[in-house]
Amino acid sequence: MSKENTEVLYGLYDDEVDLLKAVKTAKDDHLDIMDVYSPFPVHGLDPLLGLSESRLHIAGFIYGAIGTLTAFLFMTWVFTRDWPIIFGGKPYFSAPAFIPITFELTVLFSAVGMVVTFYIICGLGPGVVNPTLDDRITDDKFCIAFDTSDADEGAVEKLKSFLSNSGASEVNTKMI
Amino acid sequence: MSAPVSSIREPLITGGKTYHQITEDICSPTEKTPSTAWVIAFIISVSLLAFYVFCVAWTIWVGIGSWDLNRTIGWGWDITNFVWWVGIGHAGTLISAILLLFRQKWRTGVNRAAEAMTIFAVMCAGQFPLIHMGRLWLGIFIFPYPNTRGPLWVNFNSPLLWDVFAISTYFTVSLLFWYTGLVPDFATVRDRAKGIRRKVYNFLSFGWTGSAKHWQRWESLSLILAGLATPLVLSVHTIVSFDFATSVIPGWHTTIFPPYFVAGAIFSGFAMVQTLMLMTRKVLKLEDYITLAHIESMNKVILATGTIVGVAYLTELFIAWYSGYIYEQYAFYNRVLGPYWWAYVGMMSCNVLSPQLFWSRKIRRSIWWTFVMSIFVNIGMWFERFVIIATTLARDYLPSSWSYYRPTWVEIGLFVGTLGLFFTLYLIFTRVAPVVAAAEIKSILKTAGDQYTGPNAEKHSHAEAQH
Repeated sequence: MSKENTEVLYGLYDDEVDLLKAVKTAKDDHLDIMDVYSPFPVHGLDPLLGLSESRLHIAGFIYGAIGTLTAFLFMTWVFTRDWPIIFGGKPYFSAPAFIPITFELTVLFSAVGMVVTFYIICGLGPGVVNPTLDDRITDDKFCIAFDTSDADEGAVEKLKSFLSNSGASEVNTKMI
Repeated sequence: MSAPVSSIREPLITGGKTYHQITEDICSPTEKTPSTAWVIAFIISVSLLAFYVFCVAWTIWVGIGSWDLNRTIGWGWDITNFVWWVGIGHAGTLISAILLLFRQKWRTGVNRAAEAMTIFAVMCAGQFPLIHMGRLWLGIFIFPYPNTRGPLWVNFNSPLLWDVFAISTYFTVSLLFWYTGLVPDFATVRDRAKGIRRKVYNFLSFGWTGSAKHWQRWESLSLILAGLATPLVLSVHTIVSFDFATSVIPGWHTTIFPPYFVAGAIFSGFAMVQTLMLMTRKVLKLEDYITLAHIESMNKVILATGTIVGVAYLTELFIAWYSGYIYEQYAFYNRVLGPYWWAYVGMMSCNVLSPQLFWSRKIRRSIWWTFVMSIFVNIGMWFERFVIIATTLARDYLPSSWSYYRPTWVEIGLFVGTLGLFFTLYLIFTRVAPVVAAAEIKSILKTAGDQYTGPNAEKHSHAEAQH
């Protein structure tokens, strides 16, 4: 999905077991897979594709920490500096009473921040139109795609034979 | 690829489904014209919703005086309804978050609809504090925004304000969690659609492609959101209970409220999930995905939480007696034998006694029993909130201000009207979105499909699934 007018050679597999085997073979043969598409998350795929662990949780922690500080410091500022009021004879800085809101804002900042980050780094969002290779990829087909824009004919043939030999039920080319 | 599964585990997907059949079964209800049953239900719901709008307009025009609240009983049906709806809104996130962390696979069959229910229930709940203000347009005053009155801030030490934060956070996080789960399924619907429908679903699916990296991040996001939502769901009803527990009214001023409210919320939420799912699976023919095993699991949760609630009721009575504090003792004596004894009886029989029937496996797995019981629990939990609010306020410290309270047609209309709002939203949801999380069902097919596990599993395919 990176650049326009990419020529993509892709194979469709009927089962995730076949897909995993094929990806493993491709890895052993040092073939450069552009992407793998599936209708649901296939476990065991990430290490084969060399995908490093998602760092979303780190982002989530940072957003959460910002939420914690925002809530706690803001309430402290309001009640000790900006407009001190005594409630029920308690001190101005009554930390235990700040905890519920601090907790809620921690969760809110973390969740909203992470979700927004997720959509931005995946390039997804309202109104985004991503080209799809095949309508059945979100149904029951598992797809391995190669970028063949700059590949010569021999290389393309090699990829095609890899796809059909590794159990792909269909092999197609598409410009996206 | 799949983990070994115990063969005594009951299959969660029956009918020997393939991936394509799952897509077909789950997406097709959004593609057909609605059935007559749906149309009739929708007309009834929208009529109730219209009546709701009328009652809200009436309340705002005439004033809160149109409710029969009095100086003694300042919280009547409105706050009862509020707590009831918030409680119902707990099951969805519990199912999707806590059960995800516990790796309970049966959650996949019901999580989507339960989360939708959560969101709609919280929307209904949110109506009441707002209407209760009487001057709806001043609702913005509950948020701490820089204003020209000082700026004068809200009272951050007040449980009522904590409630505002808790419920708006809960609503937002539940919505994000639910929608992120829906995105891949909207993509599935998109790829089956043509023309304008395809454009609409492409918009809803955010351009989802199913790329491996996206799935990896999606799973990571779901897991962390679940981790965040788990303490959140427990905090929300805890904070709702603080509305009562931090007051100095005998009968409210009890430390048992937070756990007791949370257990009650899960209890009533699951009951509402049962009510909805039993109808949904029948109407949309989803019996292969929401099986008797799912229903039984939920009934077990109802039994467990119902028993916790029962223990909490008895503990309250015991502590009132043991405290030696006459006002507390009187509050509970009055709760059981006072003018609202009938509400206490309703609460006890619906919430404590009736779930005990679920010790019987036969009843747990009976659709009719489950449906009837789920209605009982819904009623019982409404009574619980009414008992806590009305009976306690009706007999306060000064006998001269003791009073009794009956709702007016406006208050009844507001309650029935929110049911209309709830069902209208739910019915629309069943038409536009896949009611079962299709992608998640597909991901558990090889470990929970009946051709791979359970008594009818084919021997060879089981071995094949273990590659």
